[in-house]
Amino acid sequence: MLFTSYAFIGFAALLLLLYYALPKKVQWPLLLIASWIFYLAAGVENIVYILTTTLTTFLAAIEIENLARKQKDYLKEHKEFTREEKKEYKESQKKIRLRWVAACIVLNLAILAVVKYSNFFVENVNGILRSAGSEKRLSFLSIALPLGISFYTFQSIGYLVDVYRGTVEAQRNFFKFALFTSFFPALVQGPINRYGDLSRTLYEPHSYDSKTVSYGLQRVLWGYFKKMVIADRVLAGVVTIVGDVGTYNGAYVFAGMFLYTLQLYADFTGGIDITIGLSESLGITVKENFDRPYFSKSLKEYWRRWHISMCSWFRDYLFYPVSISKPMQKLLKFSKEHFGDKFGKRVPVYLSSFIVWFATGLWHGASWNFIVWGLCNWAVLMISEELEPLYDRFHKRFPGYSGTWVKIFQVARTFMLVCIMNLFDCYHSISETLQAFGSMFTASNWNVLYDGSLLNIGLSMLDYVILAVGTIIMFTASMLQRKRPLRDSIAELSYPLRFTIFFGIFLIILLMGAYGVGYDSSQFIYNQF
Amino acid sequence: MTKKRKAIRIIVSLLIVVISLFFLQRLLVPKYVDDIIEGAFIKEFYDEENKDFNLIFLGDCEVYENFSPQVLWDEYGINSYIRGSADQYIWQSYYLLEDTLRYTKPEAVVFNVLSMQFDESQREAYNRMSLEGMEWSSAKVKAILASMKEDEHFLDYVFPILRYHSRWSELNEGDIRYMFDTKRVSNNGYYMRVDTRPAKDVPVGRPLNDYSFGENAWKYLDMMRELCEKENIELILIKAPSLYPYWYEEYEKQIDDYAEKYNLRYYNFLELGDETKINYDTDTYDGGLHMNLKGATKLSEYFGRILSEDVGLTNLRGDAELERIWDENRAEYEADKEAQYQLYGIKEGT
Repeated sequence: MLFTSYAFIGFAALLLLLYYALPKKVQWPLLLIASWIFYLAAGVENIVYILTTTLTTFLAAIEIENLARKQKDYLKEHKEFTREEKKEYKESQKKIRLRWVAACIVLNLAILAVVKYSNFFVENVNGILRSAGSEKRLSFLSIALPLGISFYTFQSIGYLVDVYRGTVEAQRNFFKFALFTSFFPALVQGPINRYGDLSRTLYEPHSYDSKTVSYGLQRVLWGYFKKMVIADRVLAGVVTIVGDVGTYNGAYVFAGMFLYTLQLYADFTGGIDITIGLSESLGITVKENFDRPYFSKSLKEYWRRWHISMCSWFRDYLFYPVSISKPMQKLLKFSKEHFGDKFGKRVPVYLSSFIVWFATGLWHGASWNFIVWGLCNWAVLMISEELEPLYDRFHKRFPGYSGTWVKIFQVARTFMLVCIMNLFDCYHSISETLQAFGSMFTASNWNVLYDGSLLNIGLSMLDYVILAVGTIIMFTASMLQRKRPLRDSIAELSYPLRFTIFFGIFLIILLMGAYGVGYDSSQFIYNQF
Repeated sequence: MTKKRKAIRIIVSLLIVVISLFFLQRLLVPKYVDDIIEGAFIKEFYDEENKDFNLIFLGDCEVYENFSPQVLWDEYGINSYIRGSADQYIWQSYYLLEDTLRYTKPEAVVFNVLSMQFDESQREAYNRMSLEGMEWSSAKVKAILASMKEDEHFLDYVFPILRYHSRWSELNEGDIRYMFDTKRVSNNGYYMRVDTRPAKDVPVGRPLNDYSFGENAWKYLDMMRELCEKENIELILIKAPSLYPYWYEEYEKQIDDYAEKYNLRYYNFLELGDETKINYDTDTYDGGLHMNLKGATKLSEYFGRILSEDVGLTNLRGDAELERIWDENRAEYEADKEAQYQLYGIKEGT
């Protein structure tokens, strides 16, 4: 059930109606039923995967919390223990709890690995066998990727680790926990919710509040505008350029790079707007996943503002644990001894970052181009980190070098960097990406940018006009949003003006949205995760 | 704000939304008046003052371009209507029959069998032309559900604005002129053409892997036959004398067998050239695919005699109301004829 399908719109409308019409105590069970219906609509067989993850995580979390309570009680009962004995006991108990965490995580990551990465593994093994001259080949598995598996697996792991760390209490109602893992607005493309955040409003009874519902629906409308008017319209051009790197090289790649960046932003942020808006209209707070990322002045800042929930997930549940792990501590000691304090202490950080970016790449897709994309990000971030002292010295020497134009330059530079690295994301393989990228410097077809050739890539002049106007509207909204929430500003306008604005957006989506017969209504890009 | 004011605000807002969408929809839907007029045929049936027809034609372009109800009336007093549209599939013909029976119970139904070759809808555009003009009824709902291709949605038929939302970029004067009031483009479902293009180099049908008609097509032919039996209507099968799409011998055999099995009349006009006197040099306007006015007149004269003498359809001449209606029809028919002669620069009778 795509967010842009009539079925989904009807489904969401009916849910909203029932949600506020029925008694408050049935609100969260209703959400659970709706989430399961939503999930089952994507394929009945997939329910096994999400139920396994939900059940194992639910039980493991309770066991971990029980063990922690027992430990506390045991220590209360044994006040005679010396400090050393207490420490020894705590360590032994911690190991047991850790084993539960590890077992559950391994199980769920194994499911993810099998359904999402087994064919990638087979492909690579077959490649090695081919290189070695062997005739043997492994067979590919035909497993359909369950909807939102990466999202609910990561959410579950996050929850389990949080229970282990004691930052949240284990949920003892299975159905409530099932709602957390299967909460349908966030199931398709995130954000990766934290239990501590989402549970604050997920299970609470919510009274109908016209402002909340209205604000939520306004956000949904905005999401549909981005997705249907911009992302789905630009899709045809991107598909044409990316589909034939031999024909569409040089300046086409340059154009395609920007079109894809526009599509990715409108598609992903549009989808998140629908998720957050729909949740908001149900009285549930889902954390923001974007903070005007294309205004970032550095790649580091960009990754703090793009797909925030994923980045913070990797930081909290991979980077920190890996950084402070025993092997890393040993590496720290080793590198300090051999490379000196200054550089030596950075070696484990860089290695941890490498692991995180490798995993981030892999998370985005079971393909080497995604991994290379992740590692490119890592390389740029690490180089920037190394050059940081140089920048500091430069700024001290030239204190005036920080005006508006410099900021614009920094934003443009970061944007270009992101666009270039996104080439790995949109082309089908590393070789195609490199071929496309290289052609931007070797091909001499820059005339295609103005001789009308770009009207032959599946986009008409009218499409470009709509895209340009849509982008300007999106950009303006983003700029206005910096000072205060745009919806607050609109709420202060007179009713006729507000009505005109929202009905106008609705009509723009209705008339200029790329949907229906004749349009290849694409899935949201992040659906595949 | 008082509750009353709030309620007024909501009602006014809703009214603005509904009225705007209604006008937009009327503006955006194709009018089928100036260009592809075939899309308007189905709808025109409902505008008929007297729908008590004693003969109904069902089928695709092989009926609406090859038979002239005006000739059938003038020569044999047969009060007929053609419920046909481009590439009209058999399930659409069947549901159009159901729909027609809401208004009239004809003595006979003539079904052109060309569409038996299709077991599923081929193009969304043809679905649209056949279904959009139908009035809402259970027949229309069933027709839509039976016709929709994978990428079509039922809701798009309920609210055509969802289908034609992007037509704003191709609107023309006709879209505004015919927004609410359209003009009649057919003569009782007949699509008149007076120009001539002789049939030359008619392509021979390429061999097929399987000549059998599909299950779905047979199912609807059975349904059509059973419905006619139930309503005591004679079902007559025909194959119009169009040279292309190619009508294979294997097709012919299957229809022959079916007609024989159920004791139905079946006329293949491709094999009745001597009797109909169709001349493919002068009687077709598109190289043998469809008849022009001359061809349609000859065919109607010949078929009318069969319907009148063999089938025994009632001659309704003398019915004052029908006489008046057909006189009006004739005036339109002659005017259309004249307009076409002028359009194509042809002198009548040449």
